[in-house]
Formats: sequence, C-alpha cells, structure tokens
Amino acid sequence: MTAIRVLGMVFTLVASIVVWPSSAVGQSVHSTIQRVQQRTVKVFGAGGIKRLHSYSTGFVVSSAGHVATVWSHVLDTEELTVVLADGRKIRAKVLGAEPQLDLAVLELNAEALELPAWDLEADSSDAGPGTRVLGFSNMFRVATGDEMVSVLHGVVAAKAPLATRSGAFETSYEGTAYIVDAVTNNPGAGGGVLTTRGGRLLGMIGKELRNAASNTWVNYAVPISELKQPIQQIIAGKYRARQRGADDKDAVPRFRPLEFGIVLVPDVLFRTPAFIDRVQPGSVAATAGLQPDDLVLFVNGDLVQSCRVLKRRLGRLDAGGTLKLTVRRGDKLVPVELPVPDKPLTPAPGQPKTKPSAGSK
Amino acid sequence: MIVILVLAVLPRTTCAVDPAVLAAEAKRIGVASRLASSVVAIFSRGGQGGGSGVLITSDGYALTNFHVTRGAGTFMKCGLNNGQLYDAVIVGIDPTGDVALVKLLGRDDFPHAQLGDSDKLKVGDWTFAMGNPFLLATDFQPTVTYGIVSGLHRYQYPAGTILEYTDCIQVDTSINPGNSGGPLFSAGGQLVGINGRGSFEKRGRVNSGAGYAISINQIKLFMDHLRSGRVVDHATLGATVVTREDGAVVVDGILDESEAFRRGLREGDEIISFAGRSLRSVNQFKNILGIYPKGWKLPLVFRRDQVRTEVMLRLRGLHRASELTGQPRANRPRPGKPRPGQPPGRPKRQPRRGRRPPPAKPPEKYKHLFVKKTGFANFYFNLQEQKRVLSGVPRLGDFGSAAGAWVLAGKTAAGDPFQLTLADAGVGLSWKQKAYFQELKSAEPLDEPKGSGGFLYAMQMWKTFLANRAKGFGEFYYLGSEPLDGTGDRVDVLISELGNVRCRWYLDRKQGRLLGFDSRREEDTDECEVRLTGDVESGGRHWPKAIAVRSGGQPVATFGVTTVTIGKGVAK
Repeated sequence: MTAIRVLGMVFTLVASIVVWPSSAVGQSVHSTIQRVQQRTVKVFGAGGIKRLHSYSTGFVVSSAGHVATVWSHVLDTEELTVVLADGRKIRAKVLGAEPQLDLAVLELNAEALELPAWDLEADSSDAGPGTRVLGFSNMFRVATGDEMVSVLHGVVAAKAPLATRSGAFETSYEGTAYIVDAVTNNPGAGGGVLTTRGGRLLGMIGKELRNAASNTWVNYAVPISELKQPIQQIIAGKYRARQRGADDKDAVPRFRPLEFGIVLVPDVLFRTPAFIDRVQPGSVAATAGLQPDDLVLFVNGDLVQSCRVLKRRLGRLDAGGTLKLTVRRGDKLVPVELPVPDKPLTPAPGQPKTKPSAGSK
Repeated sequence: MIVILVLAVLPRTTCAVDPAVLAAEAKRIGVASRLASSVVAIFSRGGQGGGSGVLITSDGYALTNFHVTRGAGTFMKCGLNNGQLYDAVIVGIDPTGDVALVKLLGRDDFPHAQLGDSDKLKVGDWTFAMGNPFLLATDFQPTVTYGIVSGLHRYQYPAGTILEYTDCIQVDTSINPGNSGGPLFSAGGQLVGINGRGSFEKRGRVNSGAGYAISINQIKLFMDHLRSGRVVDHATLGATVVTREDGAVVVDGILDESEAFRRGLREGDEIISFAGRSLRSVNQFKNILGIYPKGWKLPLVFRRDQVRTEVMLRLRGLHRASELTGQPRANRPRPGKPRPGQPPGRPKRQPRRGRRPPPAKPPEKYKHLFVKKTGFANFYFNLQEQKRVLSGVPRLGDFGSAAGAWVLAGKTAAGDPFQLTLADAGVGLSWKQKAYFQELKSAEPLDEPKGSGGFLYAMQMWKTFLANRAKGFGEFYYLGSEPLDGTGDRVDVLISELGNVRCRWYLDRKQGRLLGFDSRREEDTDECEVRLTGDVESGGRHWPKAIAVRSGGQPVATFGVTTVTIGKGVAK
C-alpha cells in the first residue's frame, strides 16, 4: 500500500520533470510578457534637473491599488503620478517605505480599481544562477502615454550579497541580490520587476549602481523574498522600519556636519531632504558660501537623498583633501568646495555636543 | 523498481542537453550564416568612417542610415562577407527618417535579404542584429547579436537634428556605434528593420539595453521615393494636436493654408482616426504621421459637436528644401513635452560640419552613375526611373504629330453634351449651355469652370504631357509610388512643373498606362483631379473614354468622350 503510494509519487515527480520544461516553453513568452506588463506601472515624480531622472517604475501588489517601487528622489514630491498599463494616470502618495531595502509602497488615489496585481505569495519564486529571466521597466522613459514598459532578456549571473564598498559603490540595500547579465538597471528602471520566462516574480530591479573605482555598472534586483513581508506589513499599516544595521550604530563617524559649520534640518522623516538649517558664522561652510535653505544634492559626485545619507557620507570622509558639495539654491545648482580637516573627530561621543535645534526652520 | 525509475530519468533530464535546445541553436546558426552574405560593411571612400548596410535586391540596392552615408560621400566602398570590396553609389536619402538607399556595383547577382512585415513583430520576439559595430569587421564578416523586441511603436524625438524615429522598434539586441544602417532580422531571417539609434546616457557610447530600428514597413512606403534618387521628405498634417484630460486627441493649432483646414478641420476638433488607425495619444499621432512620405493622401476622421466627418487629405512636406540638405532644424520647436534624461544619441560619430574631409574622387569606371541636381541625392537614378515609368506611354500613339487643336466631344455622365477644345491659343469648354475659356499666351491659370481646380488649364497640361512629355515642362521628375487617391493600387508618380502649375501624373505600374493626374494652379489651393479610364481609338491614337473630374473632395463631372477631332476646331 505504502509502496504503491510512494511509487505514485515518483510517477508524479517523473511526470513533472518531463512535462514542466515543455509546458513552460508551451506557455508562450508573449503571454508572460503581457501578463507582467499589465502588472507594471510607470511612476512620475520629482527630478528632471541635471541628470536626475524624474521617473521610475513600480509593480502592482494589490488589486485595490498598492504599488511597490524603488525608494528614490522621484518620490520626493506631492505631485506623484502613476501611469497604469492601460494608460490611465492616477495620483499616488507614499504609504510607507523601508529605506534600507530601497523599498517604498505607494497608494493610488482612486476607488474600486480592481487592478491586475501580483500575488506575492503565489506568484513569486526564487531562482539560481543560469535561470533565464526577463526585466520589465520604464527605462529611459521610452514608453510614453499608454505604451507598455520595455522588456529585456537575460540570465541570472549570481545570487550574492550586494556588499557596499566605501569609495567603490554605495547602496542602501546590502542584502542578497540577483545579479543579471542584461542591462536592467537604467535610468528610471528602478522599481521594475525581474521575472522568470514563465512569469514568476523574482525581484525588484534596483537603482543604477556604479562602481566608482572601475566605472562599471552593476545590474541587480532585490529578491522578492526580502520585500514580501515589508510590503504586506506596510499595506496593513503594521510596518516598523528596521533597526539600523550594526554598521550604522557602531561605526565611528569621522566627521559630522557641525565640523564644517553646517546645521541640518531636524531629521524627523525616514528620509528627510538634506536641507541646511543654519550655517555657523566663521565656519568653513560660511567661508565657502553655503546658505540656510540650501539643499545638499551631491557629496563628491554621489547623490545624497537624505540627512541620514549625508551624515553617513561625511562620517566616511577621509581626512584632508576637499569635500565637494552640490547644493540646490532656488532654481540653481551651486557647486561648493570645503576643506576637510586633517584630523578626524577623535572621540566617539554618544551624543553630538550640539544638537540641532528642532523647529527653527 | 523506484531506484531504476529514478536512474532512468535523472541522466536524461539533468545531464543531456535537451534536443529542442540543440535544434534551436542549430536553427539560429543556420539563419545567421545564411543572412551574413547580405550584410554590408560600409566605408567612406576616404576611409574616415563607416557603418553597416543590407542588400535588398540582386542588382545591388542596399539600405543603410542617412547618417552613415552623410559622412561617406557620393561613392563609397562596401565589403561583403565573401571578402570582396565593391564600389557603391548613393541613390536616394531620407534625412528625416535616417534612411539611405545605395547601390553596390559590379554584379547583378548579389545575395540579398527578404523584406519582412514589421507589423507582425511582437514584444518578446527574438531578433538578430548584424553589422559592423565598432568597425570591427575588417574582414567584412558581420558581427551578430541576438536579443528580443523590448517595445514597439516607439517614438524617438529629434536629437538636435531633423532625424526623427517614429513608430520604431526597440530591441535589447545589442546595437553599438557602427551597427548603424545594419539589418535587424526576425528570428526567421526576414528583414524587419534598419538599426540606427540607441539610448546612451551615463555609460558612454556603448549599448545600454535599448537600441532602436526603423521599421521596414516604414521604409517600404518610402522605397520607390528613395529609388527616385531624391532627397525625400516626411509629412505633416499642417495641424498640431494635444491629448485632452479625458484622453481624446484634439487639434490645438492648424495652418490656414493646409488642406486639412480647407476640408473643415478646426481647433478643438477631436481626431478619431488617422490613416485607418484609431488615436489614443499624441505620440501615436506622430507615429502614424511619421511613417508616410510627403504628398501621400490619408483618410482622417474627426468629430465636432457629435458630428463625425471623414476627409481624405494630401499631406504637406515637413521641411523646407534647405532644411533637408543638411541644416539642423534649430528653430523648430520640439513637439510635445521635452523629455529630460533621454538624450538618445546616434550610435555613430558624426563628422563635424566644416571639418569634413574633401570627398574622394569617384571611380573612373562608374562616374557616369552620378548626376548632380539640387533636391536630388543622385539625379542619374531619377532619369532611369523616368525611362522605366514612361516606357508604356508611346503605346498610346504619337501625339507629338497631332498639330493644331484637339477637340473632344461627347456627353457627361449626367447626360449633358459637351465639347472640349484644346487649341494653341487657349482651351475652351462648352457645357450645359455655358462656355468657359482659358487663354494660354498671357493669362494666369484660372479656376475654370469655378470650383473645378482649373480643369481647362489641367487639360492643357495633359496635352503637353502627351505631346512633349519632359520637354514640355520646366521641371519633370519621377517622385516614387503611392496608392492612387489614398486607397487604390500603388501607382508610379511623375511630377511636372510649369510656372506655378504643378502636376502629379499617375501611371499604372504594370503596363505604364496613364491613369490620371492632379493639377494644382498654385500652392495651397485645391487640385483639379482628373482620372482617365477606357479607350477610344481615333487616328491611330488611344484616347480616354471617360474623363472624371473632382476637386476639393467633390465631383465636378465625368466627361464621356465619343469623338476626337485633330487640327480643326478653334477655341472660342
């Protein structure tokens, strides 16, 4: 009896081994593309100056109108628009985010949408190196109006930790990522999806990531297994941002904004824009001409998306040399250079000596 | 037993390569090697630069990008994968669509590609790009890249020049500098596009996942225009459109002198369909418009206050002649919203104007294959096409010897008798108890009878065409082909100009029969459309049995010819 049952299982197993590949081929890649494209949206928001693109991609995670996307400067606006696969334009707001995963969840401002949506439990999958994949995104903003997002093909080259290396590349996401051989991570592609050719959801395409040392670019996606829970919790309103990593908590910052005479606005949001609140008279910042209300956009050529990132960047500066900032003042981008002190901050104080005064802006 | 089963299955599924994979690989290799012989490596005669191309006929016609030939000059060198280098000469160019037609010389049995149907492509289809990226193919063996269609009907804005990629094919197939002008093949090996552009941004001038090909279906519409040796132009409706909040596409500006305006299109009208395709966005409008040559007739359906109107419009030229001959369109406002962060460069370095090396001397053997003329890339090919198109006309009889007045008489379709007299001093028509007259020696062409678009003068042009052909006009050239009246069979089109009067002559592509012509008295007025059918033989000459006349979208009359008299009648 048991033997027969086991035998039956083996037959089922054999059948699935033999049948699965052909049925996967049989289910045309065209229908996969169509299905995924219907669940992919284009996101339009802040940016548009210099090389900052004002668009990105998202994927629908609830039929009621929740969209998961990449956490970036594009979301930094009240005027956030999502263009659905059928061309409908709908206003959206950020419902919640996990900056450490580069994840944000948007809520569409419309009722009774009944959108085709990903079922993060049933539709997602995991894949190893060699898996053939498709990437879907709003890259280069090629697809305008009601056009469908672009599709690329490739292969998972590796599933490996995306380790941040100071001076090489920096990313807020430091977990395991799918590395692919296709050029998936283009401007605006962040928030797109990586799927198998059969249409199983594997991951969310990350931001553009460049290795400053070798001037090479990494094409990666954050596995859906990492994002599933936070997405569901944000939608449910139960999400708490992760604790800072050990790195952030324990690292000894070499420099702080105050060393340059910069007082930033209070860091109250999970991603407070890096506005300068005050400039200490007689400081290097004052000498360099920095002014209150300047928004710090770049530190040594790298985009800074928040007070927190700015502090982290300053904390990692090497002693001596020059700190190059690009700030936005009104409509203008102003480059500023500050000398970095020769001696890093010596003690590792529990608290900075001077706390930025809250609410003075 | 379980063990045996598992052993029997495992080696097959885990180790052995699936025969389907091997078959697909073999097929791919087969297609690529078959196609390689049609791929051209193009070098300018000075060896300064180059690109790619693809042969499409056995007598050597090959397609490439305009931006490849622009730097290469009139004569260029083309390498094929047999290792041979051939001379080639420029035929026709489309600077807006970034297409050029060249002719390889020295053989009449060139291997060539089959033109496919790019409208049948689907996103996800496999494609081959072949060509000479980074000019690596020093032995003329083309580089092959393989990828999928990423998007269709994409619109790519002009990038600082008049180049505009409309309704193009987006591929992740690697397109790099030097691939320009080379073929994009479908998985089955049909030519579906000409590669020409890519989205390059921060990563330098190498493929970044988005390449663009001009669809072969667009090029098919232009093919005979290119064979005419002309500098061809794209079209405009004479109206601009915007997408309204509710998604409707509405006219937000219109030129008073455009045909669209004369047919009643006004600001605020909603455009429902264009060229038979329904409209949902401004980009789509531009995509539709962008694939047609200047001068084509297309149906347009618009709506105002719930009233639906369907009109047939002849499209205006997009550019002035001077703009097409190399001046960047600096002052022309970009249509629609600017797209920051998307500066799609052309994947080939442009020689900077002013620093272009002097053109190399044409090869002695072939120098007769180039005839210079303003408005033409190479007038030699126009003369050849004129010969071909006009070859059937002598069969109509010798009209040059028909001296004196030609008198055509009969009844109109409505039953009214008429007499049309074409004399040297003037053209007269008596019809419905009225007499109409067009003096020829001094008077301007008149709109006689009123609303006919100048039927009398048009018939004078017809007489000139039959009796003298090219010699009777100031300008005379082959235009290309287009569907007769927008919806009919493709016909060959010849253009004549005499003073301000411009005629389009339509000839059957098989027998070279004259099917009719449109005569326009002056720019931006409605044409007199004359269509000729049937055959009346008189004095060894073949005359039309019926002359149908229309103008401004309305019929004027159909004149049934019963008698023709030569040399007698005198126009009143």
